Amino acid sequence: MSSALDTVLQHPAVWRGGDCARVVVPSVPTGFAELDVLLPGGGWPAGALTEIHVERAGVGELQLIMPAAAHLTRSGRWLTLVAPPHVPYAPAFAAHGVMLSRLMLVRPATADDGLWACEQALRSQVCAAVLAWFDHVPERSLRRLQLAAESGGAAMLMFRPTRVAPASPAALRLHVAKAQSRTLVRVLKRRGGEVPAPVALDLHGMAPAHVRASPPPAPCRARPLEAVS
Amino acid sequence: MLWLALRFPSLPLETFTRGVAHPGPLAVASSPGAHAGIVACNSRARGHGVRPGMPVAAASALATDLRILTRDPAAERAALEHIAAGAIQFSPTVSIAPGTGVLPEVLLEIGGSLKIFGGLTRLWKRIEQELESQGYTFSLACAPTPLAAQFFARAGLPVRIQHGDALRAGIAQLSVDVLGLPSGSDTLLADIGVCTIGACLKLPRAGLARRMGQELLATLDRALGHIPDPLPAFVPPAGFAATLQLPAPVEEAGALLFAFRRLLADLCGFLAAAGKGAQRLHFRLAHEDRDDTCFELNLATATRDTEHLVTVLRERLERLALPSPATAIALKALLLMPLAARNLALLPDAREQAETIVRLIERLRARLGENAVHGLDTVADHRPEYAWRIDASIGQNREPGTSDRGAWLPLSRPLWVLHAPRPLADVDGKPQQDGPLALIAGPELIESGWWDNNDIAREYFVARNPAQSLLWIYRECRAGGGWYLHGYFS
Repeated sequence: MSSALDTVLQHPAVWRGGDCARVVVPSVPTGFAELDVLLPGGGWPAGALTEIHVERAGVGELQLIMPAAAHLTRSGRWLTLVAPPHVPYAPAFAAHGVMLSRLMLVRPATADDGLWACEQALRSQVCAAVLAWFDHVPERSLRRLQLAAESGGAAMLMFRPTRVAPASPAALRLHVAKAQSRTLVRVLKRRGGEVPAPVALDLHGMAPAHVRASPPPAPCRARPLEAVS
Repeated sequence: MLWLALRFPSLPLETFTRGVAHPGPLAVASSPGAHAGIVACNSRARGHGVRPGMPVAAASALATDLRILTRDPAAERAALEHIAAGAIQFSPTVSIAPGTGVLPEVLLEIGGSLKIFGGLTRLWKRIEQELESQGYTFSLACAPTPLAAQFFARAGLPVRIQHGDALRAGIAQLSVDVLGLPSGSDTLLADIGVCTIGACLKLPRAGLARRMGQELLATLDRALGHIPDPLPAFVPPAGFAATLQLPAPVEEAGALLFAFRRLLADLCGFLAAAGKGAQRLHFRLAHEDRDDTCFELNLATATRDTEHLVTVLRERLERLALPSPATAIALKALLLMPLAARNLALLPDAREQAETIVRLIERLRARLGENAVHGLDTVADHRPEYAWRIDASIGQNREPGTSDRGAWLPLSRPLWVLHAPRPLADVDGKPQQDGPLALIAGPELIESGWWDNNDIAREYFVARNPAQSLLWIYRECRAGGGWYLHGYFS
């Protein structure tokens, strides 16, 4: 009897309140096991809009997506960055394992152009993920992006400042902040489950240890050789 | 031998109207002036009672909003040549034969093409689609001799005769009008009660030749294949340039796109026939009282896909500010590249994906500008500002795996760098940003670049501000000194 009940409850269409529904959502693993268990599909949802609210620059919000970005670009998919606030530093992206030949940067003149570019990239079916930085986006545009992401099967990750937090049609909303030198990720909204406890990730743990003289790329020095005495 | 004749009965009209989706009442006159006759008119003009053959003055009296344009034989000839150039994709033997009146017809020898296009029905459909996308009304007919195909096309009968016996039976039922006889001869035939070609063929040859001239007999013999009928082959031009007159000035981008779609369809037909793709296109819009508006489209790869070109052009037209309505449009292909046809794959492959990304990039660039879309690459240089570059050739010729040169760098580089380093406040030799910064790693001395006069000498640190953000800062070691913020470990 109970095994029969279990079989029924295993069905993906059955949702039990209280835990995160094990729905099969196509998603890209984030690369952080602690974070993956909090997300409905076990990763960044593909074909949906994800909002990442960032407390301030430098809290580790980009490192959060680097493992996924590296995985996607290495498997030959494209990654599009729309309206980044600063220069994405190519050597650092490469050091995180991102294949630069699969990275596209779009610098639109206006926010409208930027939203249009996101939609085009999402619908193109060739970009696996679109990362965008916008301050104010009307809810209608967010809905459009959500639909575009669904139709193209691409992950739309939108980085927004924390002060913007009205209701949004995003499938997943995260808040990223810093606490005691660790990056604190809080799930504000997810499909199929209540809001879980925040998770602290140690993203910068390895960075300082690597600060040392690095093997140089051997620049070609054109100085004449000194005569051996 | 199997010949396909393409006849364009409304060509004088369509040289003007094919660029417009819903033209108003329009008629084409044989020459300027009120005494000229109407040659052709569209259905809306016909609704007002305008008929071909009417004097211009009578037609204008019938419909007050009727636009009367003067026939443009040069544009008609150019249109036929574009059709013939596009038809070469279906058959290597194409020629433009003189038709009845002054309307020429395009002839294709398709006997050799049936197998490659999968039979006559499919080829017929392909040719129909091609002509429809170019915006022409047409009648097609297929027969074993070119002249017979022309006769059936003139009669408007879409027959597909492939054998001599059927040809003889079919041609006998056609009216003698399709022969295109001089005006004296056709009245003579009517007077003796000969209305069909069949009746004409029953007459004794000697008497017919004496009364009507040898020419009629020769025409009938050529049509039936009794004597050879060599045709001059059409030689396509090396490049593509086309103009389209608009019947009324157009300002709206959507209407302009409709007109350009016609020219792009012409272009793609030409390219398919030539086995080429266009990489640079020059567009020109003529205005009534101003200089022409010109712009170019640069494509990342050569293409001959009408729909793709239309999508890219749509974005470009939206950005275009027209000083005044356009009266004519022109398209010229500036850079043609060989582009082989390729086999269709069952599943999307890597090349198809590369093609899609190139299309996406072209669409984005058409609206946002050439420089708004680019890639990134690393450069082997110690100076942070010179260790990366913008890669404008994104999406092309870069195999995956060629850009891992930056992998030697440790994770000590931030993901964000500022466009220009920002000076930090300095209190007692300690850098400040929202309070004093704690230096948690460093210094990393970077002193390099003496060879190109952009040398730097800096001590880089990883610093943490009171709000726990990790920053990449440096101390200038040269004259002036001071602390600078260069990036964020986001």
